[in-house]
This record gives sequence, C-alpha cells and structure tokens, in this order.
Amino acid sequence: MSSAARNNNPAWRLIMWELLSGMAITLKYFFKPKATINYPYEKGPLGPRFKGEHALRRYPNGEERCIACKLCEAICPAYAITIEAEPRDDGSRRTTRYDIDMTKCIYCGLCEEACPVDAIVEGPNFEFAAETREELMYNKDKLLANGDRWEAEIAKRLEMDAPYR
Amino acid sequence: MYNFFFNTLVGHVLLVIGETLAVLVPVLMLMAYATYFERKALGAFQLRKGPNRVGPFGLWQPFADAVKLLFKETIIPAGANRLLFLLAPAITFVLACMAWAVIPTFDGGAVADINVGILYLFAISSLGVYGVVIAGWASNSKYAFLGAMRSAAQMVSYEVSIGFVLVSVLLCAGSLNLNDIVKAQNHVWYCFPLFPMFVVFLVSMLAETNRAPFDLPEGESEIVAGFFVEYSSMAFALFYLGEYTNMIMMSALASILFLGGWQAPFGLTFIPGILWLFLKVCLFMFFYFWVRATFPRYRYDQLMRLGWKVFLPLSLGWVVVTAGTLEILQMLPGQST
Repeated sequence: MSSAARNNNPAWRLIMWELLSGMAITLKYFFKPKATINYPYEKGPLGPRFKGEHALRRYPNGEERCIACKLCEAICPAYAITIEAEPRDDGSRRTTRYDIDMTKCIYCGLCEEACPVDAIVEGPNFEFAAETREELMYNKDKLLANGDRWEAEIAKRLEMDAPYR
Repeated sequence: MYNFFFNTLVGHVLLVIGETLAVLVPVLMLMAYATYFERKALGAFQLRKGPNRVGPFGLWQPFADAVKLLFKETIIPAGANRLLFLLAPAITFVLACMAWAVIPTFDGGAVADINVGILYLFAISSLGVYGVVIAGWASNSKYAFLGAMRSAAQMVSYEVSIGFVLVSVLLCAGSLNLNDIVKAQNHVWYCFPLFPMFVVFLVSMLAETNRAPFDLPEGESEIVAGFFVEYSSMAFALFYLGEYTNMIMMSALASILFLGGWQAPFGLTFIPGILWLFLKVCLFMFFYFWVRATFPRYRYDQLMRLGWKVFLPLSLGWVVVTAGTLEILQMLPGQST
C-alpha cells in the first residue's frame, strides 16, 4: 500500500503507522555505527591535493628550490606573497625575502600551480592556528622550516598526484 | 532509637528531612544524568557520539555543566520584575521536587503515603504552569511572554485529557493512593486493558512537560528559547532542573499508572521493586529522547486541535467505556466480583 493510501485509510491512521515507521527508522539509526571522528586522536583522510599550510622545499642536496621568479607573487589573487630577490655571492638568483601573510591567503593553491620548480607548495598541515596575528605572518625561515618538517609527506603526495597532472 | 525518631518532635523532623533527602538526592542525580543520557541518545540517533570529553565516556559532563552555570552571572533584565523574575525558577524547581513526595519507590515506600496521592500529583503538576507564566511575564520580553502564553494554554489543555486518563485508571484501581494503584496491577498492568489511555497519556505527558514534539513554549527556531529566554546562570539551571525532574516524575507516574510501578514482571521478585521502577522510568525517559529525535515540532493550532478535538473526546469516551465494562462485569471498586 502506498504511503498516501495509508494516510487516507482510517485504520492505518488509528495505529499511527507513519509515526511508528518514523520511530522505527530513528531506532535503526540509534544502533548504527557512529560517524564521529575522535578529532585530535583520529583524523579524516586528506587527498593528495589538499591545500594546507605553505612550505618552501629544498633539493635533496639542501639547496633551496626557489629561484625568485616571483610567479607565485604575481598570480596570488589575495596579494599574500611578498618576494624580494638579488643574486647570491655564487651568482645564482635567490630570494632575500619570502613572506606569506597567512591571514590574507585564501588557500587557492595557485602559487604551487605557478611554481616552475615545485618550491612553494601547500602541504597537508591544517593545524597551524595561532594566538596572535603576528604569528601568521610567515617569513622565509618559517616556510623553509615547514618544508624541512613536512618534506617526507609533501614528496609522497606530489608523487601520488603526479599521474593526474 | 525507634522512640527518638517516632515519638519526639526533633526526631520526627530529622526523620522527615532524612526521608526527603533520601528521595531528592537520587532524583537530582537521576536528573543530572538524564541530561547526559539525553545528549548521548540524541547523538546516537544522529550518528554522533555525544559528550565524551569530560571523564570516562563523558560521565562528569553533568557536573561540568553545573559548575559552569554556577559560576556565571545571573543577568536580570532592566525591565524585569526582580522579585518575580527570581521567584519563577524557584517555583518551577520546588514544585517539580515536591511531586516526588508521593511516588512509591517500593511497597509503601513513599515519603508521604497519602490517600489522595494522585490528586496531589495532579495539583502539583497543574501548579507548574505558574512558574512558566510568571517567568514569561516577569522577564518583560515578547519572546518570553509568547512562550509563557503558549505553555499555559498547552499545559492546561493537556491536563484535561490527563485527568480523564487518571479517572479511567482510578476506576480500575479503586484508590487514589498511588501505592494501592500499583498493588491493584498485581495481575495485569493497566497498559494492556487501558492501552488507548496509555497512548493518550504518553502523548499528553510529552505536552505536559513541554518536550518535543510539543516544545512550542521553547520553540528555539521561532521564539528563541520561549519563557526562559532572559534567564542565565543558576536561574536558568533551575528551569532546566525543573524540566528534567518533571520529565522523570511523569515517567514515574506513567510507570505507576500503567506499568505496575515497583511490581516485578514475570515473577522476577528477587530484583527489588525500586530497581524495577527505575528501569521503567528509564524506559519512558528513552521514549522522551526517542520521540525528540524523531518528530518535528507541532504547529500551535495542530497542538490545540490534538488536545481538544482528539484526546479529550477519546479519553472521555474511554472513561465511559471503562466504567460501562466494569459495571457490566460487576468489577467497579466496591462491587464484589
């Protein structure tokens, strides 16, 4: 019998069929496994393209990748990146200043798309909340430190994502 | 010892205070954990886990909540009537606690085993509407006032059908003493012969305690929090305490009237009666949470229609049917079978 037909049938209405079946459904949910993730102890899965906290990467020999082409600075829609550069003593072009204002950043990932040497990347870390604004004005040291800290995971994620790019 | 407690004034007063505490402390503990289990149950119904941070499985959550509320400031709105504003939560809470005086937790185990127990309960639960109305009026806020108006109309409407449900139970039991009503269910619990009344009582019980799906007085999506919108801190907590104590009281009343109170089913008498009552109360409390998780809020006119045009004729009719059946079978109280 269809739901509408049941609604018009006095006998079905008398036993409150709709109400009872509704309660049966909620009771079924009562015993289902819970969807909650115990957050600080358990975390949800992150895709390899997850755009989290920024990091500046290095080559395996320790040389920083960034060549100060400023493509990221140019493409950044939020004007969050500030770069100053001059030639280093050995003649290679490097940044003297690489700042990201994390309060301006919209985490669009265009900086890592623009980077020709995979230097600036958005890593898997999303737990970088700070107590003051100033702590969110990242400078080059902080970004390189992030790179060192997350390199293993960043490399793995880049490798996972490579076939689709 | 016996002489001291029963034959001296001081001893008697001490005895009464002791008995009162022996009832109220477990009731308040039960109430505290009712809030915890409500949140756990609602969580489970919604595929969540519910509180699990404070202590093992979140078991200290009620105490954390109480401490939090105690340390907050009681804000009294500028336009409020101070005296009534502070009196209202006290009325609600005290009335909710007073009702417990006549609930028998085991054979003869009520603080006041009086012969008009059920009338007393009915009177106390009717008075409960004063706390709500005074709160709504004294807050001097339109939301609070609307909530209070709704609550008054709702509680009064559903008391009528609860009254008729009580009458049909009384016809069967032949006593107003709650303990005797429980004893009268020795052979069969009244939820079977009086099943329609049981259903009417279950629904009216939700309306009487202003619980979902009849929580119009609170109606947080339309009138913020209804009659206690202006309350904070301990004054708010007293309303909360009152509401949950009332819920437990109505659950206890439902188990006494229809599920045989402290009577053990299937002859399982080795489990003490107080535990049976507790289990039955838990059953009804779960029903409260279950209904809350299932149904959306009733519209106000639907609520009134259900109360006056469905439950009133139904319960009135069933009183006639019950009385008629008992008369035919010569089983009315006082008639020998």
